[in-house]
Amino acid sequence: MVRTPDAPAAGTPARRALPVLATGALVTALAACGGVSTGGDEPAGSGEAPSSITTMGFGLPDEIASVRVETYEEASGVDVEVVEGDFDEQQFLSAVASGDVPDVVYLNRDVVGTYAARGAIQPMDDCVEQQEVDMSAFRAPAVEQVTIDGSVYGLPEFFAVRVVIADTDALGQAGLTVDQVATGDWDAIAAANQAMSQRQGSTLQRIGYDPRLPETLPLWAAANGGALLSDDGRTAQLDSPEVVEALEATSALVEAAGGWSSVSAFRDSWDFFGEQNQYAVDQVGAMPMESWYVNQLSEVGTPGWTVAPFLDREGEPLTWATGQAWAIPAGAEHPEAACEFAATMTATQTWVDAATARAEALRGEGGEYTGTFTGNVEADEQIFTEVYEPVSDPALDEAISTIVDLQDDARSMPPSPAAAEVDDAYRDAVVRVLNGEQDAASALAQAQETAQRAIDEAAGG
Amino acid sequence: MAEVVARPPAQPRRTRRQAASTRAAYLFLSPWLVGLVVFTAGPMVASLVLSFTDYDLVSAPSFVGGENYRRLVEDPAILTALGNTLFYTALHVPLSMAAALGLALLLVQAGRSAGFFRTVVYLPVMTPPVAIGALFLLLLNGQTGLVNEGLALLGVQGPAWTSDPTWIKPGIVLMSLWTVGSTAIIYVAALRDVPAQLYEAALVDGAGPWRRFTAVTLPMISGTLYFTLLVNTIASLQLFAEVYTMYFGTTDSAAAGDAALFYVIYLFQQAFEFLRMGYASAMAWALFVVVVAVTLLQARLARRHVYYEGA
Repeated sequence: MVRTPDAPAAGTPARRALPVLATGALVTALAACGGVSTGGDEPAGSGEAPSSITTMGFGLPDEIASVRVETYEEASGVDVEVVEGDFDEQQFLSAVASGDVPDVVYLNRDVVGTYAARGAIQPMDDCVEQQEVDMSAFRAPAVEQVTIDGSVYGLPEFFAVRVVIADTDALGQAGLTVDQVATGDWDAIAAANQAMSQRQGSTLQRIGYDPRLPETLPLWAAANGGALLSDDGRTAQLDSPEVVEALEATSALVEAAGGWSSVSAFRDSWDFFGEQNQYAVDQVGAMPMESWYVNQLSEVGTPGWTVAPFLDREGEPLTWATGQAWAIPAGAEHPEAACEFAATMTATQTWVDAATARAEALRGEGGEYTGTFTGNVEADEQIFTEVYEPVSDPALDEAISTIVDLQDDARSMPPSPAAAEVDDAYRDAVVRVLNGEQDAASALAQAQETAQRAIDEAAGG
Repeated sequence: MAEVVARPPAQPRRTRRQAASTRAAYLFLSPWLVGLVVFTAGPMVASLVLSFTDYDLVSAPSFVGGENYRRLVEDPAILTALGNTLFYTALHVPLSMAAALGLALLLVQAGRSAGFFRTVVYLPVMTPPVAIGALFLLLLNGQTGLVNEGLALLGVQGPAWTSDPTWIKPGIVLMSLWTVGSTAIIYVAALRDVPAQLYEAALVDGAGPWRRFTAVTLPMISGTLYFTLLVNTIASLQLFAEVYTMYFGTTDSAAAGDAALFYVIYLFQQAFEFLRMGYASAMAWALFVVVVAVTLLQARLARRHVYYEGA
């Protein structure tokens, strides 16, 4: 019996002992299947119109997904077999290794560069040309994430940004306004953090300003005029002065709030998705958070919160965008149909139709439509002028308005051939600093070395 | 004389029976043997080959000689991961064995309600490791966890089990005691097999409870203790699921840093996050060597300290 390393290890000690070589065995079992023989540049499709295509990493939770899939099916006469579930890297790689890949895969944009460098997904330049996809219709940071060495490897969709969400009660108690936490003045943020943080004995009761480390280091570095990677994603810049300074400033916020041990444990105790979330019970003063979270706050009826743009040190709005993309795996059986599917899913009219259907469904149930941020500029414009209607919760309405305005101020991580390693390197460095094991400069110097070596290896491979 | 002449033909009949019996045994064993070759031995051999290659699952493997093994020696994270793993093993194995033995000694005293208590003791073992990880992330929370709230009732201020690098591994050891029930049940069986006459003889000789435990119980169950020592050690060296769930399962749960980087977790990252299958295979073989070395060391000690009835 082969057990994967992440398989449950419960059972008797004897059973737990069985997979002494399981990880190696799994590694080899996958390897034994052999690599994919396609070079990555040559679509392996038959060219014949299929009766169906398969997707991986996608789901049909609502009309935004289902209406778009139906639009493709009706237009093409091709059925779409949606294998529901989030993108699973192991599942995808196993499929690639065995040569049994889905026709189209839905994955986070930040890993497109890694899979493109390894030849696991194929260029879509011909697809873009054949389907007359207007890449300029997509938001620039999203396009940059799926463009490697001048070739397009994915069609982007969805565009989540970060905004500062502040607790109005915490602000009020400290005599502060939202402008004093949504500011480019880092000294002001430190002062606000100090003013809003609360402890009772050794127990932390409120984090004044949670910088959301380690995952937001790229945002803070950008606010300080820096970047973790060069624009082409081939050079790590983790040890640049701007990044070091950003980490020093933000780790100081954590230290002032009570130190990483307390802050981390305290954050873990939050009822993040529930009615007693950290804004409802005033456990945080402010933090930069992804835009989808405002819907969550509104959904659970959280009172006393407000949203403001995150600002860089020059005082200009800045945000960090994430999202997904449709890509075609190397060796896909029906690349042309997959291309048409991806183009349809991300087309302006498809988005607007899906948003309209979603809004009608929600309003039919007595709910409210809060908008869809598609990554397609034209679609967003039409959705927020023709489909969206102001919602009854003023905080949410204001938040949505802020998020719409921020879409053009977004940046994102450049595509990297070693995205996971870079991500891991900087996060580990941040934690070492927060734990007091290293200072920011040393930790980031170590991370720089790790990240650059990984990039060089991946790019060279 | 006639009897003497008549005896030899009986031998071939027995041999034929034995041969038939052997064939039947292999027949019944064959599904397992096929599984062993196809799913364990085969991949192991392939893994050994792969450990001398650079392989990312997508491109064909390319031979790199001993590069992956050289890298193992130079990679500082290997030492960190190995150190964490050995630290955990050194704490977990004796503690879990002691806890299991304590439970087993109580269970054998339980009389008619023994079945109920055996079930109760074993039930936690049925919890999936992912659930254990998620559960203990809450229980061990330094700010609001039940463990620290319990300690507070005793006037002890608990540490930040899940976020202080000093306390993360002890916290994981504490979590690991959740599943001592399986070892306890094995000990119960062993304790029941200790001949009552030995205790009676010890009583006659004036031995007290502690003396009876050390001079009779422990030697008589030493074979079982050795078995559990072996398998618990091997399982500890492969710790993965619970810790991965607690500290590496989501992108936001990177709070532990290197403190929770166990060997198999690092191996998993190399294989399935960074796509370095060749390096991960080399890591797997290095772990195999460590496991074999530890096992041989334990076997050497067992010769002196383990009693096998009839041996």
